[in-house]
Amino acid sequence: MSSVTTNEIKKEFLKSKLGLTGVFILLGLILVSVITISVIPTSTLQEWNNPEKWISYPKTAVPSWVNFLSSEKIPEHKIIDAQIFESHKDGIFLTSQQFRISFDYDDFPSDFIFETKTKYSDSHLVQIKVIRPDGITLELLSTSLPYSKINTIHEQRYFSTDSMIKKNINIDKNKFQFDFSSNTTEIIFSQLDDDEIQKGDYVFIIDTYGINESVEIIESKMILGGKTFGLMGTDELRRDLAIGLLWGTPLALFIGISVSIGSVIVGLIYGVYSGYRGKKTDEVMMRFNDVIYALPALPFLIILAVTISNSIFLMIGFLMIFSWVGIAKVSRSMSLQIKTRQYVEAAKIMGQKDSKIIFRHILPQLLPYAFASIAISVPAAITTEAGLSFLGLGDPSFPTWGQILHDANTYGAAAQGFWWWIVPPGILIAITGLAFVFIGNALDTIVNPKLKR
Amino acid sequence: MFGVLMITLLLTISLVGSNMDTILKQGVIYQVRAEITENTSIAQGFNDPNEFEKFVQQKIDERIKTLGLDTPWYSPQRLGYTMYKILILDFGNATFLTSDSGSSNVGEIILEKMPKTVLLFTTATIIISIIGILLGAASSNKIGSKLDRITSIFAVISSSFPVWWIGMLMIFVFAFVYQIFPARATPTIEPDDPGYILALLYHMALPVITIVLIGFGAWAYLVRNFMVGIMQEDFITAKKTMGISKKKIVYSHALRNAAPPIVTILALSLSGSLGGAIITEAVFDWPGMGRLYFEAISVMDLPVIIGSTYILTVLFLVSIFIADLLYGYFDPRVRTSN
Repeated sequence: MSSVTTNEIKKEFLKSKLGLTGVFILLGLILVSVITISVIPTSTLQEWNNPEKWISYPKTAVPSWVNFLSSEKIPEHKIIDAQIFESHKDGIFLTSQQFRISFDYDDFPSDFIFETKTKYSDSHLVQIKVIRPDGITLELLSTSLPYSKINTIHEQRYFSTDSMIKKNINIDKNKFQFDFSSNTTEIIFSQLDDDEIQKGDYVFIIDTYGINESVEIIESKMILGGKTFGLMGTDELRRDLAIGLLWGTPLALFIGISVSIGSVIVGLIYGVYSGYRGKKTDEVMMRFNDVIYALPALPFLIILAVTISNSIFLMIGFLMIFSWVGIAKVSRSMSLQIKTRQYVEAAKIMGQKDSKIIFRHILPQLLPYAFASIAISVPAAITTEAGLSFLGLGDPSFPTWGQILHDANTYGAAAQGFWWWIVPPGILIAITGLAFVFIGNALDTIVNPKLKR
Repeated sequence: MFGVLMITLLLTISLVGSNMDTILKQGVIYQVRAEITENTSIAQGFNDPNEFEKFVQQKIDERIKTLGLDTPWYSPQRLGYTMYKILILDFGNATFLTSDSGSSNVGEIILEKMPKTVLLFTTATIIISIIGILLGAASSNKIGSKLDRITSIFAVISSSFPVWWIGMLMIFVFAFVYQIFPARATPTIEPDDPGYILALLYHMALPVITIVLIGFGAWAYLVRNFMVGIMQEDFITAKKTMGISKKKIVYSHALRNAAPPIVTILALSLSGSLGGAIITEAVFDWPGMGRLYFEAISVMDLPVIIGSTYILTVLFLVSIFIADLLYGYFDPRVRTSN
């Protein structure tokens, strides 16, 4: 034991296929983390729970690559910019914002939202209508901009779920030959005789009428809520899951690695000291070790998270409390063997301090074992944290994978068939775990020649 | 071992104690005020509202004193009393939760939930160990064969998935896509119905399948490793030279010698799975100890938390003890001579 040098370990490790696979996966995950941290602005992390930020995203949209796999084309999420036309006739200023969509998908869009930012004074009339491919024009909404004496900048959102739109469409009821129970968006995009999608070019128009002057349109866009979005789709709260999953990677690595390094260092020093001192100290320290070992870990972690705090940093500390025990036991028995070696005894006779003997002569011998156990204990830390988050006891301000799964469970993702919300976080947890298990096993077989077969 | 139990209890009480005291005190204040407002004659006897307030406060203080809430939870008196109560298995009454039959006695609640947890996890563990031992023995029989390699790979991969995530997937696939099993594991019929046991077993199927699926790979791998170690020992080589068939050696001689560690780990994993039951039961909504524990934590029901932590710890310690005993029974080398 422990007579392996660093070079030998490197050489042996390069021979192990599993170990190398693990390293490659880990490097990939680290790369993803680095890219995430440097490319995606940190504001997305802080605003993960801010619904305002995600309002222009579709609700529970499937990943957009699903379109490549199925023959049916599911509508994509689209943001359309306005074309602006201005005209002046009989003292009335007309500003028309037009949104053109050529719609050739096999399913209805989920909804649409107009987002406008205008600068105006006085009062203005707003009319929203749609010209469909079959030539029919549907009046959607008549409203006005709030009156203002001075020049103001006004932001306004018009939602397709507005009950006024529903009422206005009901006026045109006799044009359609089917039951009018479906939602507004479906009626707008459906054929006349049947409740099915009508493909073709749609033009949505927002007309603004003013008497003395026209409105100045600063920003105007239409969000056509599709049913597919991005790489990973979105969840019930319209959040882009790809961003959540990407942020989860550095978080999981951070949690796993810091817990395992922390507990290995504590366990190693505790065990070595206990083994080196022997006698009464050893006895007392090992009894304490037994006590921690016999504590049921998960119930206690839950109590700690509920009563003290569920901040992610404290959680790392709590996880450490329960994970150093096993390492302390093994390193104690190893130090019992090493302390009987002649060079340790020689150092003792020379009058070196205990702390120096431990750190200089015993601990370095245990380093290979320490690295192996760091790698092996990472997955447990990650899954335990994910489990706690899943129960709703995690830090809600960070989108860890467990947190995403917790949200999926509370919104009944399984019941509603949102597979893209359930599958990826679990696979990522497993892949991260596997990477460390591979590395750990490869190191273990090198460090403990007994396991070699 | 007794010491460990006490320390566990002490830790639990100290973690939840202060929160619980504030909750209890608020309860007392609420109760006293409600009693006084109900009895209008008391309020009519006072002319000065300040004096009336004083009277109410005095009543509250009295009540708190009689309940012993005036001393903090860490005073030796209260601590000792709580510990003594728990030792004689009197957990008192739950503050919020009740058992299915409506009783709020913690002991009764736990007694009602316990068998279901034991049923689920014992069934799962037995199935896991049977599959695991057979598969492990079979793959140790032919080291390096396809079966052996598949077992090893499956063991590593399956053990890195969280059980509860597989549970979610299983619910998704087998309860909603293909509607074979129910999504919630709590049966809908009443417990005294004759069909209850059948319904319970039917609802248990999905959790059991999930736990087995995740667990048996690691078991098979473990058994395989023990067996490989034993197959290298001298007496096996001797048997081989005697001409006994390899199959017989593996299944009767080697497996018997691998029994001690296998049984020990079986006992340990059974108790370990009880702790892990919290998340699994939450996913499947299985009406056992784990879900009870989680519910108790979320409403801060102290008596239930203390009671279930105690029971979980006792179970854990008992199984460590049994594992030790079994090890000595199966492996004569460990027995001390006297």
